Amino acid sequence: MLYREAGDFKTSYAEDSQTFPIVIDRVGYYVVLAIAFGVIPFLINDYWANAVFVPLLIYAIATLGLNILTGYCGQVSLGTGGFMAVGAYACYKLMTAFPELNIFFCVLLAGGVTAGVGVLFGLPSLRIKGFYLAVATLAAQFFLVWMFNKVPWFYNYSASGQINAPERTLAGIVITGPHTEAWAKYLFCLVFVVLLAWLARNLTRGNFGRQWMAIRDMDIAAEIIGVNPLKAKLSAFAVSSFFIGIAGALFFAVYLGAAEVGEAFGIQKSFLILFMVIIGGLGSIFGSFAGAAFLVLMPVILKNVLVGMLGWQTDIAAHLEFVIVGALIVTFLILEPHGLAQLWRIIKEKLRLWPFPH
Amino acid sequence: MPDQVLFGIEAATNGLMAGVMYSLVALGFVLIFKASGIFNYAQGVMALFAALTLVGLQEGQVPFAHLINAIFGTEVHHFGWHMPALLAILLALAVMVLFAILVERYVLKHLVNQEPIILFMATIGLAYFMEGFGDLMWGSDIKKLDVGLIQGINATIDETTYNWFGYGFYIDNLDISATIVAAILVTVLVLFSQYTKQGRAMRAVADDHQAALSVGISLRFIWVLVWSIAGFVALVAGIMWGSKSGVQFSLSLIALKALPVLMLGGFTSIPGAIVGGLIIGMGEKLFEFAIGPMIGGATENWFAYMLALIFLVFRPQGLFGEKIIERV
Amino acid sequence: MTQDGYTTPDGRKIGSVVMEMKNITLRFGGVVAIKDISFDIREGEIRAIIGPNGAGKSSMLNVINGFYHPQEGEIWFHGARRAPMKPYEVAYQGIARTFQNIALFKGMSTLDNIMTGRLTHMKAGIVAQAIWKGAAEREETANREAVEKIIDFLEIQHIRKTPVGRLPYGLQKRVELARALAAEPKLLLLDEPMAGMNVEEKEDMSRFILDVNDEFGTTIALIEHDMGVVMDISDRVVVMDYGKKIGDGTPDEVRNNQEVIDAYLGVAHD
Repeated sequence: MLYREAGDFKTSYAEDSQTFPIVIDRVGYYVVLAIAFGVIPFLINDYWANAVFVPLLIYAIATLGLNILTGYCGQVSLGTGGFMAVGAYACYKLMTAFPELNIFFCVLLAGGVTAGVGVLFGLPSLRIKGFYLAVATLAAQFFLVWMFNKVPWFYNYSASGQINAPERTLAGIVITGPHTEAWAKYLFCLVFVVLLAWLARNLTRGNFGRQWMAIRDMDIAAEIIGVNPLKAKLSAFAVSSFFIGIAGALFFAVYLGAAEVGEAFGIQKSFLILFMVIIGGLGSIFGSFAGAAFLVLMPVILKNVLVGMLGWQTDIAAHLEFVIVGALIVTFLILEPHGLAQLWRIIKEKLRLWPFPH
Repeated sequence: MPDQVLFGIEAATNGLMAGVMYSLVALGFVLIFKASGIFNYAQGVMALFAALTLVGLQEGQVPFAHLINAIFGTEVHHFGWHMPALLAILLALAVMVLFAILVERYVLKHLVNQEPIILFMATIGLAYFMEGFGDLMWGSDIKKLDVGLIQGINATIDETTYNWFGYGFYIDNLDISATIVAAILVTVLVLFSQYTKQGRAMRAVADDHQAALSVGISLRFIWVLVWSIAGFVALVAGIMWGSKSGVQFSLSLIALKALPVLMLGGFTSIPGAIVGGLIIGMGEKLFEFAIGPMIGGATENWFAYMLALIFLVFRPQGLFGEKIIERV
Repeated sequence: MTQDGYTTPDGRKIGSVVMEMKNITLRFGGVVAIKDISFDIREGEIRAIIGPNGAGKSSMLNVINGFYHPQEGEIWFHGARRAPMKPYEVAYQGIARTFQNIALFKGMSTLDNIMTGRLTHMKAGIVAQAIWKGAAEREETANREAVEKIIDFLEIQHIRKTPVGRLPYGLQKRVELARALAAEPKLLLLDEPMAGMNVEEKEDMSRFILDVNDEFGTTIALIEHDMGVVMDISDRVVVMDYGKKIGDGTPDEVRNNQEVIDAYLGVAHD
């Protein structure tokens, strides 16, 4: 079967605006889902879960969240780490305050709490624009981290100042705590990823998504044709923070198990997620996955090659990673400001017409 | 005078001195922003990199020693010289100029006409690159920087205030020199931009790239010039901060502190950068002094950003910025 | 002028007053952009605002759609005095516009741009949107149909899925018109719809404006520099100079107004 549109006629508007208009893409999508749900859980071990799959899935959620805010709505945020911390601490408080509450709902509610906090810190976006706003979101980042550090209520007055995820089960399977199996962590995160990616796609394809993009592309014109900037920006902050909060909750409860706020959710995390968005592609759902995958896999590969094969010291590899990531960001912004997603689109475009150049 | 007031005044004075340091970094931002419309996030890392280079040159470190050793299995570390401070500073400056040229050639040139936010993100990438590069080149251990500035408590002030109030203020000599250096630097920069041909060209470029091009000003030259000056400012800031607390990663975080300074002062105003720096420096020390103990301390981490955030909500153009009139 | 409208030379019936501006004054600091201007726009008419550069024409449109708020004066819309409102609230009242410098959403396709123009007709909440199947999808399809009609009308089917940034200038202008029309406005404001166009494109655009007015009965207020076009397509003309109104009437009346001639030929102001 060729990668073609010709002959595949769309007879309704719904069909015309579906997510994967080309048959082979649709098939590919279902194959990926089938492998993700039906094959990987049986093969996964602790190394692969902790080094690759679980962080990839969690970062993909956070990147989707930031992409909605930055890529779709054009509001750059450097507060992602802080919002992830809100999700983590909300999840922790919920888990310890209501031990009977299902972990699934703990994570969802943590997302809800983060959405509220996100709206609060999104309010200045009505007055502040562009990188002024980016800097303003740093206030959220530093204030939130400081608050979780200094107010003992948040970490239940534990002596170490850390939060530790208690053991929780879902349908009899351990999801959090030290006795969790690799495949359970993976599947739990995967369910959230699929659910949230589906929500993100639906939101961005319709009226809300168009309003966000209108604000991003030309806010004054958007307001004049009827976009309420308050509603559009705050809804973007809310949805974005909801995603990021869930990512934070999963990062703490499922992935780390124990977290110290400054280390796990510092400013570096904000930058990391922003880079995933840029490298993956601003305003692209596929790009969010690509960006997260790229920045999760690259250090793993670098470490395996430089430290494992060449025997270099770990710190040299770490420094080299900085150099490479920095250079990649600049290169991407110069060559392809729309990131991996755009590269993928171009390849598909060419493929669609192959063997003809136009 | 009651002790609390005296402590308060001491905190405020030290805050002002710290504010001068913030102003120094903020100044680098303003210069680049005015001339190229780029919000250079890498300014702080440039200060770190400049300081690292300075120490490396002074101590005669072999650049990329770790990397070379790792690849070739050699054991090189030092050239075995000790360079005089002045020569090292000049060479470090040369490195920063070289850096400016490279940035212009490999980054800026390709990003002309991009949206400001893209440029901003590019400088974040640049900052990452430089951070890793600096560590690869000179190693990531904390280094001591000594270019012969006097450190420690200023005895004269201590004595005088003791005689006046019965309490000696602790003011660091280093802070005093930093204040003096910053004052000189600002004066020189203002004179340069007002009274020299290059300065005028710089201001022209800041106003309108296209118009400046059309009267024969070389954009590329101006950009190299501006980034070199910013590199120079970064070097000075790096020397001051490095002498105070050693050359280490945290030095690059002062760049973040300079951001709220800029939001207060407005991105385009040199006096704004200075006044903003002083307000933030003094504000955070006083806040920590008065409120900090009640809410757990370490409020310096966020006070500046919150202050700037609240301020901006009421005055989006900053202290000295012009009022924004939106058009369609 | 009678209260119940009039009939144009080409036989169209013009209705009652839709929008009335009463003694509008707009200042920016010390600069007076609009000084004590009054005029009305009637149902179904094509109303032009002309004047030299800097006369305050664009400011006038910005006042109408709520982007600027005049210091003095009243705005009456459909027989009721309009309270100061935000631009998006004005949009929901049924006033749409195009811009002097094209203000399309560059990151979106032609179709998405025009669909955005429909937003005042879309009501699905964020939860319905997130679930998509059901209310949101039905609403999307219904509005898509309305948009496709406008796409047909303006003959831009072939660029439906093209990102607007890649379109040539003339087509971008047309897409912008389509976006404004998608709102099914009661009053359509056009800010220099023919600026920067060649003769052929101008003819096309004039035809579209007349067709819109004719087919949908849309009331249109437009700013234009090309006198030939203005005199050809508009029913009544307001002339502004230095923020003041110096003429108002049919194209013929305006053409013979001494003050208007002076303004255009550049007689010294005292």
